[in-house]
Amino acid sequence: MNIYDLIFYLFAAITVFSAFAVVSSKNIIYSAYSLMLTFFGVAGLYVLLGADFLAIVQLIVYVGGILILILFGVMLTNKVNGMPIHTEVTNLIPASITIGLFAGIILAFFVNTNWKSTQTEFPNTTIVALGKLLMNEYILIFELLGVLLLIALIGAASIARKK
Amino acid sequence: MSENQIILFSLFSLFAPLLGFVVTVILGKRFKFMYLFEVAVITLVLLASISVLFVKLGYLPDTKIVSEFAWISLGNLPILGDFNLSLGIMIDNLTVIMLFVVSLISTLVHYYSIAYMKGDPRFNRYFAYLGIFTFSMMGIVLTHNILMMYIFWELVGLSSYLLIGFWYEKKSASDASKKAFIVNRIGDVGMFAGIMMIFVTYHTFTFDTIFENISSGVLPFNSDFWLTITGLLLFCGAIGKSAQFPLHVWLPDAMEGPTPVSALIHAATMVAAGVYLVARIFVLLTGDALFIIAVVGALSALIPATIALTQNDIKKVLAYSTISQLGYMILALGVGSFAYGFFHLITHAFFKAGLFLGSGSVIHSMHHEQDIQKMGALRKKMPITYITFVIFSIAIAGVPLTSGFLSKDGILAGTYAFGLLTGQWIFAIVGFLVAMMTAFYMFRLVILTFHGEARDHHKFEHAHESPLLMTVPLMILATLSVFIFYTANPVDAEGGWFLSKWVKTPTTVVPESARYSFMVSDANIEEIAHSEKIVHSVSYSEALHHAHMPAVFLSLFLAGLGILTAFLFYQWKKLNADKLASSLKPLYNFSYNKWYIDEFYDATFLAFTMALSRFLAWFDQTIVDGIVNGTATITRFFSRFTGGFDTYVVDGLVNLFAYVSGMFGLILRKLQLGKVQAYVVLVIFSLVILVFLFTNLQIG
Amino acid sequence: MMTIGLQHFLIVSGLLFSLGIFGIMTRKNAVMVLMGIELILNSANINFIAFAKYGNFGYHGQMIALFVIILAAAEAAIALAIVLNIYKNFSTVNVDEVNKLKE
Repeated sequence: MNIYDLIFYLFAAITVFSAFAVVSSKNIIYSAYSLMLTFFGVAGLYVLLGADFLAIVQLIVYVGGILILILFGVMLTNKVNGMPIHTEVTNLIPASITIGLFAGIILAFFVNTNWKSTQTEFPNTTIVALGKLLMNEYILIFELLGVLLLIALIGAASIARKK
Repeated sequence: MSENQIILFSLFSLFAPLLGFVVTVILGKRFKFMYLFEVAVITLVLLASISVLFVKLGYLPDTKIVSEFAWISLGNLPILGDFNLSLGIMIDNLTVIMLFVVSLISTLVHYYSIAYMKGDPRFNRYFAYLGIFTFSMMGIVLTHNILMMYIFWELVGLSSYLLIGFWYEKKSASDASKKAFIVNRIGDVGMFAGIMMIFVTYHTFTFDTIFENISSGVLPFNSDFWLTITGLLLFCGAIGKSAQFPLHVWLPDAMEGPTPVSALIHAATMVAAGVYLVARIFVLLTGDALFIIAVVGALSALIPATIALTQNDIKKVLAYSTISQLGYMILALGVGSFAYGFFHLITHAFFKAGLFLGSGSVIHSMHHEQDIQKMGALRKKMPITYITFVIFSIAIAGVPLTSGFLSKDGILAGTYAFGLLTGQWIFAIVGFLVAMMTAFYMFRLVILTFHGEARDHHKFEHAHESPLLMTVPLMILATLSVFIFYTANPVDAEGGWFLSKWVKTPTTVVPESARYSFMVSDANIEEIAHSEKIVHSVSYSEALHHAHMPAVFLSLFLAGLGILTAFLFYQWKKLNADKLASSLKPLYNFSYNKWYIDEFYDATFLAFTMALSRFLAWFDQTIVDGIVNGTATITRFFSRFTGGFDTYVVDGLVNLFAYVSGMFGLILRKLQLGKVQAYVVLVIFSLVILVFLFTNLQIG
Repeated sequence: MMTIGLQHFLIVSGLLFSLGIFGIMTRKNAVMVLMGIELILNSANINFIAFAKYGNFGYHGQMIALFVIILAAAEAAIALAIVLNIYKNFSTVNVDEVNKLKE
């Protein structure tokens, strides 16, 4: 077992356990912080997979942006006056059974499939290549995403605005 | 200066006025002095076009400079075939000469307008419009393909609409602008159809490619006839823009615009665009098309000349004379005298712009009085305007030593030669007749305005010479109306540098069967220096040579006769104009009322359109509504019947079904939780079930 | 034990996916549902990047993952705006109480 494997197991463990904490914690604030750990773990997996730029983006956008948004959402929608915020749980038993089966099935698929795995060695930094792709082949999508973000911004503002 | 720099300077001349327009129109409301930007820009454009003119004519007179880029490239489409459009500019001698003329007159008009439009509330806006007009005109001149020409053509239409209706508070002005716009559209529809014919046949808009295709034998629908039709459809655009009969009615009305605008648009540039178009497409015009063009030109030369004889509004006289002179140019092109037609376009641009600016000077000093019956004796008050006006008048009348004499004489010689070759003398007769009438009405105008007694003393007292900003452009234009700029020989332009070096008749590409008979055979096409072929056959050159001397003397005699008659009537009062008018009452009225052409259009096309629309309205209200109402009655009857059927039979069945479904619904409703998350559980669970059912999954 | 390969990453992503769906199914709070969705998106991203590395797709997998992240950001903004709106209209963010659909 070399160092690469060790690091993988470390990050995989962080990811899975913190994700479990996210869905199982009674306190929504704890869930949110666990979610942050999950994102960290996933970012680590990205690095292991040679996607350094995406790992950075993951940290910046998810941890820096989405998580903050979620925390704001939590604070604006729960009465936080001193009391811990508990969330209730619904249809726990059927969901557990279903998810157990489901997870079993997809894991079985993943394990049983005979993947033709050819390993690509990415260079130390992928930013140059990604930037070139973004500005050449994906330029239309890039522009469209810019417009989409603008629309999302306007839409979010207009939905959340007081009537 | 190399070719690249010529292209660069031309592009500058094209786009700088647009910049002037944009800046002036945006900042004009905020800053009062914004018009100075536009004036500065147009002055730079003039300098650029002068340098282009000198370099092109001086060093590269025989090269055609083309610069183009692909605009839309869709490759090979299923129905259309190859669809590749390119935009670009083409610079040959015609282009640079027109470029110079347009920018010179535009610049002069800009400076003139500073004084003329002083105190106008929309002063800056006016200059902005001049800028966009200059831009669009430059575009027409520079373009190398007919689609771009059409685009700029419409832009010219738009900017002339804006400028004619500049004083839109006046109903007559806004009406005139609308009329100009609509009448121009009628011509443009034809032109557009022609462009489409060209496109479906050749899959390109570029002039040179079209011409190459024609000369290699590709014709629309493979027939000479359709080539003729295509040429005539394109010519429709010129009929509208150059105010040719029968679409000339907009130009006299367009005199409602500010006078400098009339000088710029309706004398020198916009109306010249039509002639320029015909000159551009000259090589694809068949003999039949040219003949019809000549007929249109002759009618347009004759009819407005007779109208101009009796008009009393100084600008109306000039407007009709403009149409008449444009008719001359078209006539010249129609009889194959290409170089002289274009030559007349240039000389006419200078002296007619001068005439309009001179009339503007008069109007300005007479406090917007335009009726020549109320003027007179202005010679003493406005000497510079008077002298320049006389120079322009003798130029347009065709007195030797002027530029107008050279070009007009050339056109008359061309019609004369056409008569010699084909026996069609009617064009020559019309040409000489119009020459005489031109001399007469121009000197009638001069005498009534500047000579004799002051007829409106009040206004005469206040009249004064115009400021330098207005008189200097007049002097420049008067200088350009002298022969020496075009040729060294004051009676014959043939050997001058303008015609021998700069403007040459292009080689026609039309198949031999469709040419004029006198240019039909390739065998006797003249070979001139540089082993260059020229469109005319030897016989045409000879005929032109023979025609020259008689044409000179005849036109001189007729012009002199016209001027003499004008002096007899109005200066020395030997003959009484009013008496003649009353003795020829019907003719006089016919001319005074402009041949009743407007009334004719009112009574026919307009009345027809109105009647048609009234008929359609009646049809709509009586027949269509009647049918609808009748259908409604029948439907109502049926519906009453079916209504009963519905209520008892169908409803019964439906109610039964509804009851049964309701029963099931009551049961199934229990499953509908209204909880999204429960649905998610169900969905995933079903997915799991499906996976188990339809895959042979082995776990482990 | 075999060396770390594609399957390991896929298993992590599968677990993450299942946990995300579990969160969506069981938690009443709408914000929690959102967190579940984020987990699902992350698991999808892991898949994309893992296949980019092991599946010979070059950089395209990473590109798609990048776009997914961008879309996730937009989605989160809109979804939270909707949550706020629901909170204003129903005074709750519990998804099961927002059951106007039933009536």
